[in-house]
Amino acid sequence: MTLLASGDWLWALDGWIVVAGILCAVSAALVGNFLVLRRESLLGDAISHAVLPGLAVAFLITGSRHSLPMFVGAAVVGVLCASLTQWLRDSGKVDEGASMGVVFTTLFALGLVLIVKAADRVDLDPGCVLYGAIELTPLDTVRLGAFDIPRVVLVLSTVLVLNLVFVVGFFKELRLTTFDPGLADTLGFRSRWLHHALMVLVAVTAVASFESVGNILVVAMFIVPPATARLLTDSLGRMVWLSSGFAAAAAVLGHWAAITVPGWFGFGSTTTAGMMAVMTGCFFFLAMGLAPWRRRMGRRTSDQVADSAP
Amino acid sequence: MTHISLAVPEIGSSLLAAMGRLGLGDHNTRVVVFASVLLGLASGGVGVFTLLRRRALIGDALSHAMLPGIGVAFLIGSTFGDFGKNLLLLLTGALASGLLGVFTILGIRRWSRTQEDAALGIVLSVFFGLGLVLLGLVQQIGGGHAAGLESFIYGKTASITIRDAFWIAAISVPALALVLVLMKEWSLVCFDEVQARVGGLPIGMVDVVMMGAVVAVLVVGLQAVGVILMIALLVIPAAAARFWTQRVSTMVLISALIGGLSGMVGSLVSAVAEDWPSGATIVLVAASIFGFSLFAGTRRGLFARYRERQSARRQAIGEVNA
Repeated sequence: MTLLASGDWLWALDGWIVVAGILCAVSAALVGNFLVLRRESLLGDAISHAVLPGLAVAFLITGSRHSLPMFVGAAVVGVLCASLTQWLRDSGKVDEGASMGVVFTTLFALGLVLIVKAADRVDLDPGCVLYGAIELTPLDTVRLGAFDIPRVVLVLSTVLVLNLVFVVGFFKELRLTTFDPGLADTLGFRSRWLHHALMVLVAVTAVASFESVGNILVVAMFIVPPATARLLTDSLGRMVWLSSGFAAAAAVLGHWAAITVPGWFGFGSTTTAGMMAVMTGCFFFLAMGLAPWRRRMGRRTSDQVADSAP
Repeated sequence: MTHISLAVPEIGSSLLAAMGRLGLGDHNTRVVVFASVLLGLASGGVGVFTLLRRRALIGDALSHAMLPGIGVAFLIGSTFGDFGKNLLLLLTGALASGLLGVFTILGIRRWSRTQEDAALGIVLSVFFGLGLVLLGLVQQIGGGHAAGLESFIYGKTASITIRDAFWIAAISVPALALVLVLMKEWSLVCFDEVQARVGGLPIGMVDVVMMGAVVAVLVVGLQAVGVILMIALLVIPAAAARFWTQRVSTMVLISALIGGLSGMVGSLVSAVAEDWPSGATIVLVAASIFGFSLFAGTRRGLFARYRERQSARRQAIGEVNA
């Protein structure tokens, strides 16, 4: 952050930060659409707290703080968190939010106990092990051909490609299982498997982002851009594209605002990830202000149909 | 400690006596256990209504929503003197910011078609992002003095002080009283909002009071025991109590008892065994009770529902044979 304290825009640094932000934002928004529609918006936040025991166990097994085992441990627990939540909801008839709350707080507590137990042997600070900062993106690069590309950008590009292939490739199936899982099952689609695949992608996206750009960015991008797009359209296809656009725009504007706006009040630059989250909020409240206007423009019926849906 | 004993004399003195017998005469331990029990009772009681109103994760959303308030309070405190880290000021900032979060959630629900969970998520992430932005600025003027401001919200483990305990008592007891007084209105809003509206109940007002109580309990709990424990104490006891009963009053009683019991057992275990942090231990005790209730709960537990299905099946077979 001190690198940017001057407030000047340096492409070599700011360019990569914005690219990392866009990659994370669009990956999260793509799968986030289905979380919002399935009323599981807070899963990203739940996973961000729940991965702790995965980190602890990965560390206890391998004895190192290398990022690959940590990543695998966290991703496994992330998926576990999603499936346990779903099991509690389906079999235990526990309210969605509550089942998520029970699962992630318990996992977090378990992780904390494990870490305290392991702490005799080595310092394993949950704050430092997993959470990266987007400002550090340009510092850790990998040589690829003639270019030095930040590792974070490579990781997040992979995640984006995965999510894009999944959402575009299974678009019809996703639409059917999201809006009518019963019909999907009758028609022979395995809605349960598709849902599991979605959960795996959510967990991978979340963990990859925690590790590279910090948790607040991905948690916001899972929820706010899709919720914004939902206010403006009733078509799932348009919702997916709109939300990706909002996410990318929030990433660009967020970084610009983080280094520019504080300067107006005599401060140095502030947290980029936080400002990107604030930008998504600005879009949402803007859309909320515009949505009634849109309704008056003769689209009333479709909106009312959507409103009356459960 | 005297204030608290005055507030609930019987519970206080009998608890102290019990702990004396356990060999836990240590003053600090008593304070920690006492505060954990009160916090568990209050959040267990309030948590029932957040669960029934389908806002179980409101604690998660609002605890994150408090961060900007803390940043602003610190800014104000350090501008007008050297009391940026004054606890009361920070608590007030957190409270104000949390209440703003409540109004924002209610506003999003009212003026857009956004679902409850997304409304919670929007407030959670946008407010928290704003908080990080403010802390980024605060650190520039506060320097080293502002360090550790985040830990106010993430809390510490096993370090409830006498001052924390006083605040916990000062908020938990009125919150419990509020639950008892407003139980009827809150239940009506949770189960039949239309009926409540027809009956002339000011829904918005009832909602604000209910969530205000959640915010108050959260604020005192957060800085004493940390964010995850507070979310857990609001959700787990209520969700566990749901397996045992269909009546709101019974559910409140069971949930508060589970919360209080988890607080007591968890903090006692952590007092005896040093490598069990109290916050995490309390959550794990509550989670064990939840797990037991999930299987054994007499109303909606897995076993009860299995038996129900079996008896329905036997009855059906009997009818076919007859």
